[in-house]
Amino acid sequence: MIGVELVKMVRRPRTWLVIGMLVALPTLVAVLLAVTDIAPRPGSGIPFLSAVLSDGTLFPLAALGVVLPLFLPIAVAVLGGDAIAGETQAGTLRYLLVRPVGRTHLLLAKLVTVVAFVVLAVLVVAAVSYVEGRLLLGQSPTPGTVSLSGSTLTEQEIAGRTALALGYVVVSMLGVAAVALFFSTITSSSIGAALGTIGLLVTSTVLLGLDAAEALHPYLPTRYWLAFVDLFRDPILWRDVVRGLIVQLAYLFVFTSAAWASFSTKDIDD
Amino acid sequence: MSVVIATRGLTKRYGELRAVDRVDLEVGEGDVYGFLGANGSGKTTTVRMLLGLVLPTSGEAEVLGEPMPASRRTVLPRVGALVEGPGAYAHLSGRANLALLDASGADRSPRGTRRRRVAEVLAEVGLDPSDGRPTRAYSLGMRQRLGLAAALMRRPRLLVLDEPTNGLDPQGIQEIRALLLRLNAEGTTIFLSSHLLAEIEQMCTRVGVLDRGRLVLQDSLPRLLRPTGLVSVRTPDTVRCAELLGGMVEDLTDDRLLVRASDPASLNAHLVGHSVRVSEIGPYRRSLEQVVLEAGSLPPGPPPPREERPSGPTELSDLQSLRRVDS
Repeated sequence: MIGVELVKMVRRPRTWLVIGMLVALPTLVAVLLAVTDIAPRPGSGIPFLSAVLSDGTLFPLAALGVVLPLFLPIAVAVLGGDAIAGETQAGTLRYLLVRPVGRTHLLLAKLVTVVAFVVLAVLVVAAVSYVEGRLLLGQSPTPGTVSLSGSTLTEQEIAGRTALALGYVVVSMLGVAAVALFFSTITSSSIGAALGTIGLLVTSTVLLGLDAAEALHPYLPTRYWLAFVDLFRDPILWRDVVRGLIVQLAYLFVFTSAAWASFSTKDIDD
Repeated sequence: MSVVIATRGLTKRYGELRAVDRVDLEVGEGDVYGFLGANGSGKTTTVRMLLGLVLPTSGEAEVLGEPMPASRRTVLPRVGALVEGPGAYAHLSGRANLALLDASGADRSPRGTRRRRVAEVLAEVGLDPSDGRPTRAYSLGMRQRLGLAAALMRRPRLLVLDEPTNGLDPQGIQEIRALLLRLNAEGTTIFLSSHLLAEIEQMCTRVGVLDRGRLVLQDSLPRLLRPTGLVSVRTPDTVRCAELLGGMVEDLTDDRLLVRASDPASLNAHLVGHSVRVSEIGPYRRSLEQVVLEAGSLPPGPPPPREERPSGPTELSDLQSLRRVDS
């Protein structure tokens, strides 16, 4: 069933439209930087963006920083929200269940497919922005790149840490996927499920800016999303990365269980 | 002959509302069972319970000899269904939809076999196997045919069909009816739910009528529509005719009498011989519509105790004893 769901995702024009949109924004940023040559102040705004003017090979990381706060979570919320609710709307859910496809099996296949989409999207964004970085922003004249701590990192180290960063971004989206999947099982509107998920993320972001909500901060899903930056310090600062992993896995577990509890005995009235 | 669908006291309650109320269905192998009922009578809910989509509040259901929904995994591969309209992915072609649905099951066919079967079943329902257009371009009739094709893909032993000819033109209706009858002749049991009484009358061997959640009638169709032994006489001279025939008259309305007689022809000669003008004469047969409407107008009451009614709910004979035979 996982195979069938993956095929469905790949054959859906919307998947590629969304990936196209995810690629478009960093592309726009790269073009603007290359044309104007105006660098953002270091330490402010999008991570790594100040560094890319001297070394375009860092652009994949900047691109991730561009899409991570808004575009990527929205894409995941839309796809996740569509998982079960979309089948309900198309009238295909009852026929899948009567095939038969086990409800737990279906839910798992849908979750795996959403995660697979995140991996695909992240890889495509990274690959395209690497090429764009090289072409539009040039390469650093000296070998190796300067880490955030000031020391130099070799190309292999950068590649390795980039791979870790990509993995971390995928993990960061697990919570969103699980929440969207849960909402998808309790409503028959896929846009409703997506909006519910996005609402949760917006709430999380707003509360993060509020000192009065400080007690909640460690438990909010968006708290540690940008911690992949810490992977480029020398030595790697693991603290926030590990916390981020734990928070996402917790959300994944809680909301997937909730989705299963809701879906496995639900009356399918369509 | 084995029983393909059997329910005992099947009930579904939504709060106070009893959508399905202690229903005892029985469908035998090789039957074409017509499931009738008004909108909101609980037909679709019953069908969904049989397919494991909805959990019953109480009671039991058995399909192909095994309890549902517990045995979904072994029973449902042998059942083909069309429930409340077809469903398909709008951006994919009909073939792709069928192939995906087939691949979704544990008993999926190998790819070559699947492709052949998809082409075969599309041709069977009257769709073009080489049509690659997305289903959003399909007409209503084509969507319906695709839904039927999906139900037929795995050569099921039991077909559960909800309004199978919905959206089809008269030619299409005939084609699908011929297809279903052919499948039934080859051994497939068909459980059909429809509003079109004429269709049920033409196709079905057994009928069940649901009214406000209760199964008020379940009997074989030939028995329901058997000759009544009455002759219908239309005459302008109703009073004279009634006087002449006396106790033989079972019913009398403005211009029509129902007479207990074995032979319409000799009755005609008798009447004409006594100067009664006859404008129309012939054997009186009840239509399915009359039977259903009558069954539906019974007040809902407690079901007869199990011991007295081993064959199931109200039979026609009970109805006849409760009221005169008239329209």
